[in-house]
Amino acid sequence: MHDTSTHAAAHHGPPTSFIRKHVFSLDHKVIGKQYYGLGLVAVIIGMVLSWVMRIHLAWTAYPIPGLHLLSGTGAPGNVMTPEFYLQVMTMHATFMVFFVLTVVPFAAFGNFFLPIHTGAEDMPFPHFNMMSFWTTFVAFCVMLLSFFVGDGPTLGGWTQYAPLSAVGAVAGPGQGSGVIIWATSIAIFCVGQLFGALNFIPNVLDLRCKGMSMWRLPMPTWAWFITSCMGLTSFSVLMPACILLILDHVAGTSFFVASNLVINDQLQPHSGGSTLLWQHLFWFFGHPEVYIAIVPGMGIVSHVLITNMRKPMLSHRVLVYSMGALAVLSYMVYGHHMFVSGMNPFSSLVFSFPTLLITIPSTVIVLVWIGSLYGAKLRINAASLFALGFISMFITGGVSGFFLAQPSIQILLHATYFVVAHFHFTMAIAALFGIFSGTYFWFPKMWGRMMNDNLGKLHFWLTFIGVYAIFMPMHYLGLAGNVRRYQAFVVDYMQPLVGVHQFITIAALFTGAVQLIFIYNFIHSRFWGEPAPENPWQGTSLEWSVPSPPPHDNFGGKHPVVYHDPYQYGVQSSTGDYLMQDSPEQVKGAQDEP
Amino acid sequence: MKSHYVRKLAAVLPALVLVCAGAVLLSQKVNAAGGGSITGTVKLSGTAPHMKGIDMSKDPVCSKAHDTNPAKMENVLVGSGDGLENVVLYISQGLTGNEAPSSQEPTFAQKGCMYTPHVLALNVDQKFKVTTEDQTTHNIHPLPDPTAGNIGWNKSQPPAAPPIETSWKNQEVAIPVKCNIHPWMHGWFVVVKGPYATTDDKGSYTIQNVPAGSYTVTAWQEDLGTQTAKVTVAAGSAAKADFTFKGK
Amino acid sequence: MAKLLAVTIVVIAILSAIPIIRNTWHPLPDVSAHGQAIDDQLSETMWEAGISFLASQIILAWFIWRYSGNRPGEKTKTFPGGATGLVAAAVILVGVEVFALGIFGVKAWANIYFTPPGADAMPVQVQAGQFAFYFRYTGPDGTFGAIHPEMLSEANQNFYGIDTDHDSDAKDDIVTAEMAVPVNREIRLLMHSKDVSHSFYVPALRIHQDFVPGLDLQIHFTATKVGRYEIVCSQLCGLGHYNMKAYLSVLSQDDFDAWLKKQAALQ
Repeated sequence: MHDTSTHAAAHHGPPTSFIRKHVFSLDHKVIGKQYYGLGLVAVIIGMVLSWVMRIHLAWTAYPIPGLHLLSGTGAPGNVMTPEFYLQVMTMHATFMVFFVLTVVPFAAFGNFFLPIHTGAEDMPFPHFNMMSFWTTFVAFCVMLLSFFVGDGPTLGGWTQYAPLSAVGAVAGPGQGSGVIIWATSIAIFCVGQLFGALNFIPNVLDLRCKGMSMWRLPMPTWAWFITSCMGLTSFSVLMPACILLILDHVAGTSFFVASNLVINDQLQPHSGGSTLLWQHLFWFFGHPEVYIAIVPGMGIVSHVLITNMRKPMLSHRVLVYSMGALAVLSYMVYGHHMFVSGMNPFSSLVFSFPTLLITIPSTVIVLVWIGSLYGAKLRINAASLFALGFISMFITGGVSGFFLAQPSIQILLHATYFVVAHFHFTMAIAALFGIFSGTYFWFPKMWGRMMNDNLGKLHFWLTFIGVYAIFMPMHYLGLAGNVRRYQAFVVDYMQPLVGVHQFITIAALFTGAVQLIFIYNFIHSRFWGEPAPENPWQGTSLEWSVPSPPPHDNFGGKHPVVYHDPYQYGVQSSTGDYLMQDSPEQVKGAQDEP
Repeated sequence: MKSHYVRKLAAVLPALVLVCAGAVLLSQKVNAAGGGSITGTVKLSGTAPHMKGIDMSKDPVCSKAHDTNPAKMENVLVGSGDGLENVVLYISQGLTGNEAPSSQEPTFAQKGCMYTPHVLALNVDQKFKVTTEDQTTHNIHPLPDPTAGNIGWNKSQPPAAPPIETSWKNQEVAIPVKCNIHPWMHGWFVVVKGPYATTDDKGSYTIQNVPAGSYTVTAWQEDLGTQTAKVTVAAGSAAKADFTFKGK
Repeated sequence: MAKLLAVTIVVIAILSAIPIIRNTWHPLPDVSAHGQAIDDQLSETMWEAGISFLASQIILAWFIWRYSGNRPGEKTKTFPGGATGLVAAAVILVGVEVFALGIFGVKAWANIYFTPPGADAMPVQVQAGQFAFYFRYTGPDGTFGAIHPEMLSEANQNFYGIDTDHDSDAKDDIVTAEMAVPVNREIRLLMHSKDVSHSFYVPALRIHQDFVPGLDLQIHFTATKVGRYEIVCSQLCGLGHYNMKAYLSVLSQDDFDAWLKKQAALQ
């Protein structure tokens, strides 16, 4: 299982040309950084789009200077039209969900650290791995293109419910070419992620170094492994769904369009399709996708916390089993997105129980984190602050899940801002806190320089308070029946809520501006930061046993041998209160995974 | 000395000739513009179809605008003396095909969640403006026949947004236009070549600037269809063509 | 700094709970016969979720406060009972909580969806289209005329595509832009979409149901309080989604009869 022949599969010599080194690189570390850069660009686009939305929601008639540059027809006189609002909203969600929340915690960090964590030289299929990034990059460019083609990007939301998305331009601006471009981009993206998952899984199963049993894999690698399995099974459903959607546009098929639909007084030339089919296919992908975004964050946060608590988690195995349970259950709960969709109301009840059940592994994870804090020697730095923030966000997002798991309560809360608050706290903000935590923690390893920790702490404080100010009030809006995806609040009972929206907008602009601290810190540290030592945080897993940044083949031609589980903290060894995974030293009283 | 004068004359003469030629050409144009016309009335015989009232309660901005004057459908508008309003008259046969588009820029206004005018006749390539006076957002959604070569569009106009200025590239009788946000809002663009006219509330019309010749005039009404008449226009005089549409 | 974080977490948790405790923002008052069960379910969930939220945040803050810093001389400790106790606590506590919520939730849901409408329920049809609702009443004959999609024409105000010239069932149908129902009378609502997915969301009535193009659904409800409420669309249906709404008037039987008569005259 650990013989050298499997290593040979991943072996390739260091590249010499600039292009093979930095552009079409086979090195998993370069690919990881490329993914990170792509995520950074996408998150900036997504954030700017969210500002535009927020300003418009708070001051509907107020012109946003320069908006016409983004779309001349979408913003006559710099005032947003309803279609442009929805297009911006759709693109915000698409960039964030696919190109940030999937790409960064999973593809970027996973690519960089998973092979190092397993003690491998590289991914098993480096060419596929390179294609994985460049395919994703093509998907990103195609998605951007939609701003400049026809009447702009699609306005159908990232969920793209049929038949609005399937009947073509007659349904509204962007529903013709915009949807085709969107579906093409997402289908390409799925291929990229499948390439990625097909590397991650065999790497974990087959390329582990000597002594590295499955239980000795660090938490993030377990998380990426579980995420890859989810990615493999969910992206492979979304991709054909997108192809069917494109066929409905260009080939005259009617997968998602029922008979006898009349739009603009024109009888549509479709018949026999099913409206709910798309929702089932989409959410069968969509709910696991939520966990694809959050589970890597859980792994990263556990990793960061353990290192900074100077003690292992209460139970490594319980955390892994719980993440596995989340993954398995995530396929059985997707129906809670469809409680009032018109599927059989009995199905709603059936889906309700696994949805309520999924709170158990989530609670176990949170309790293990909190319980592990007991008796810790917690170090406070930017990485650990964001990890603690992650837990707080995940609790907040988790308890609102109690409400949304119940069909009867969804009668009140479905499609309101309560849902917006719930998924932003969990899959968006918690996942983003995981990204920040990972960035502050691993930056020295990835770029060989330290980040400014004081700026990092400032970034944490302002962001932590900011995101609560943005998303907490959305729960109240939801309770008051404020429907989401509205570009203005012309409904009588929603008009008194505009003040809350103005508060949220100010908080969002503030929190957005705060991210400039991070970007400054990132760029400044990248070039002028203090050079990083090999093991700045006194960590134990394999990434801390190699230079910062690691050499081309990670371990400098050696084949690492592992003697311990990854989290030997709170022990007394020759190095201090920790024992490196590859240290042959045996410490009395240490509990070690076999 | 003499040659000097000759040279001057040689320079002035062509200029004179040019000016004269220009004047003649211009006067011809003036003649054409002040040329013949076609005039008449369009009437409805029989009972006028019932025009349903429009319930705008969905959008209070709209319903408020019609507090005192309830809105009704405008598909068949019969004025005094059974005159039919909003009938478009245009020359369907007999034109050379080289007529320049009208240089006027008419306005298609959204007012009280209705279109004013309900029917807008236009030349191919004639510019027109879409404006809004309402404190609610409208979307303007013309739906041309895909085979006619015009490209449909769908744009929203928030309150106080600047006018949308555009034109149609191909002849098409007629392009329906609607607002999806206010589904009762419904109008027409009638895109033709050459001179045209739209009837007023008495049903009368005058097509101006018709060069002398024999023509077929078509009268188009959105619900009642088309009728044609042959007329001969003499220079400087008005030919007459009356139409009568039958009610149900 | 750890202590500051602990305090911040507690302050945020308490500030977040205050509007809930003071009921600053709340669902619109319920005017339906079935809504009480939903409201009870909501408040029960609010208690359980609220206690979980406050307890977890406060314990998190407490441990951050207590167990941060290097504290020389002190050794790291393990939570008494280890993971087993916590897992057992999570499974039992959350399991019971969730199970209870689930069981009671089934009742609230079944009240609406698993009981058939009474035989004397008044049928009303609602049609959703981009971007307006139109309602249809049967008229004296008690039957709806057939829908002919090819006849549907918003330009001619034939919003349902009914053939009033040839279809005797359709002749007396009353199509309205506003919904009215008599108070305390059960309504059987037939839901039809003419184009894309929409939703029928009446927060005051505790009704929320998507329209499925190609599949006509039926729900039933009884409004118990005279008043004027709003129906909004909650399923993204295109550019005018935000303005897709209609008023629902709950009237006394006499007022309703007068209203219907007036609407019939306008057809």
